Amino acid sequence: MDFHRPRSWSEAVATKAAHPDAVAIQGGTDVMVELNFDHRRPDHLLDLTGVAELAEWSSDDGRLRIGAGVTYTRLIAELGHRLPGLAMAARTVGSPQIRNRGTVGGNLGTASPAGDCHPALLAAHAGVEVESVRGAREIAVESFFAGVKRSALAPDELIKAVFLRPPTGPQQFAKIGTRNAMVISVAAFGIALHPDDQHVGTGIGSAAPTPRRAVGAETVLAGELAAADLWTSRGDLPAGLAERFGELVAQSGDPIDDVRGTAAYRLHALRVLARRTLAWAWADYQRAA
Amino acid sequence: MRVTCSVNGEQRHADDVWPGESLLYVLRERLGLPGSKNACEQGECGSCSVFLDGVLVCSCLVAAGQVEGRDVRTVEGLAGPAPDLHPVQRAFLDAGAVQCGFCTPGLVVATVDLLARDPDPTDAEIREALAGNVCRCTGYEAILAAVHLAAARHHDDASLAGEPAAGERA
Repeated sequence: MDFHRPRSWSEAVATKAAHPDAVAIQGGTDVMVELNFDHRRPDHLLDLTGVAELAEWSSDDGRLRIGAGVTYTRLIAELGHRLPGLAMAARTVGSPQIRNRGTVGGNLGTASPAGDCHPALLAAHAGVEVESVRGAREIAVESFFAGVKRSALAPDELIKAVFLRPPTGPQQFAKIGTRNAMVISVAAFGIALHPDDQHVGTGIGSAAPTPRRAVGAETVLAGELAAADLWTSRGDLPAGLAERFGELVAQSGDPIDDVRGTAAYRLHALRVLARRTLAWAWADYQRAA
Repeated sequence: MRVTCSVNGEQRHADDVWPGESLLYVLRERLGLPGSKNACEQGECGSCSVFLDGVLVCSCLVAAGQVEGRDVRTVEGLAGPAPDLHPVQRAFLDAGAVQCGFCTPGLVVATVDLLARDPDPTDAEIREALAGNVCRCTGYEAILAAVHLAAARHHDDASLAGEPAAGERA
């Protein structure tokens, strides 16, 4: 196995072009597990921890641009107040040791349906900046996930950064697992209210082959809020709306039975998580008035 | 490949390293430092916790090649030469927080990290900070007591950051 340790982004992209089968490694919290257990023996390992610019974040044309090498620990400490939904998800990742190494870029690279960041990124309408020697492009996060642990990334592309707009409304995230730490979620849900354009953002985790939006639930909730002028009045949610929202979110799930839980339990969990996170988000919205 | 890095303040190198092997393997099998324990090899148990450039990590999840030129501090590097003990190690012994002892090195390293950030943590903060370290013997109560004991005894940040205070060396 060849170990590549580029010192610059251009060198990293050139290496990936020369070896499209190279496995990119950042914090190693996913890749090393596969190597330790002999699940994977890549011919080339592409270590991105030597590319300093990946560990930076910045404001870029009204959006926050988070380099693919920014760890969860730094995300929480440095950006938690500006990106509450993503920070909530990041706090649920693993343990301090894992959060000190793991990155949002790596979470996207693995593209697991259970990746903790994904529901928050979906709800916030994040964009993923990817690049190859052919050029750079931005992929909307909802188009990024192509299947179980498969993404829209081309073989010669690397993930460079994630773009997020600072929220104009409340964001919430919740996940269910067997305990609080070191747990792969059984089901997860993220919600973001976007009062500026009167949209609702959602993200489902661990309850479909890929992380995905609950589009039907978004449309109905945004429509009901607009019809009752609640975006402006910030009045109480009509009776039954949160329950209906939960039902619609569950209808967007497509879970399986596995060692962590049954499909039926996951749908039930989605219903509850969606109802609760909407109630929390709406209370946040009312308080912020 | 050859990997050269600083381990416990000393420049070390390991030869014939397979770049995909873990830092944990390098420490235990190539550098003769078996204090960091090998249990789960997937970042779940915390028994292999070390400092990498001062940051608490699971050494089983760091590729050997990623350590080139960097600074590693293991449980062996916390105290001075034997029989000297780091204050956190002393507190674990005094509080009876050690049973089989397998998880202890990882817990000691994670506790040193916690107390360097927060010299007087609450129970909830300790539980959160040590959530990545699994112990199958103690039931954790004695470990919480040990962390409180270490915090109460040592408000000297320098000593908690790992440099034994002058008076502590035997």
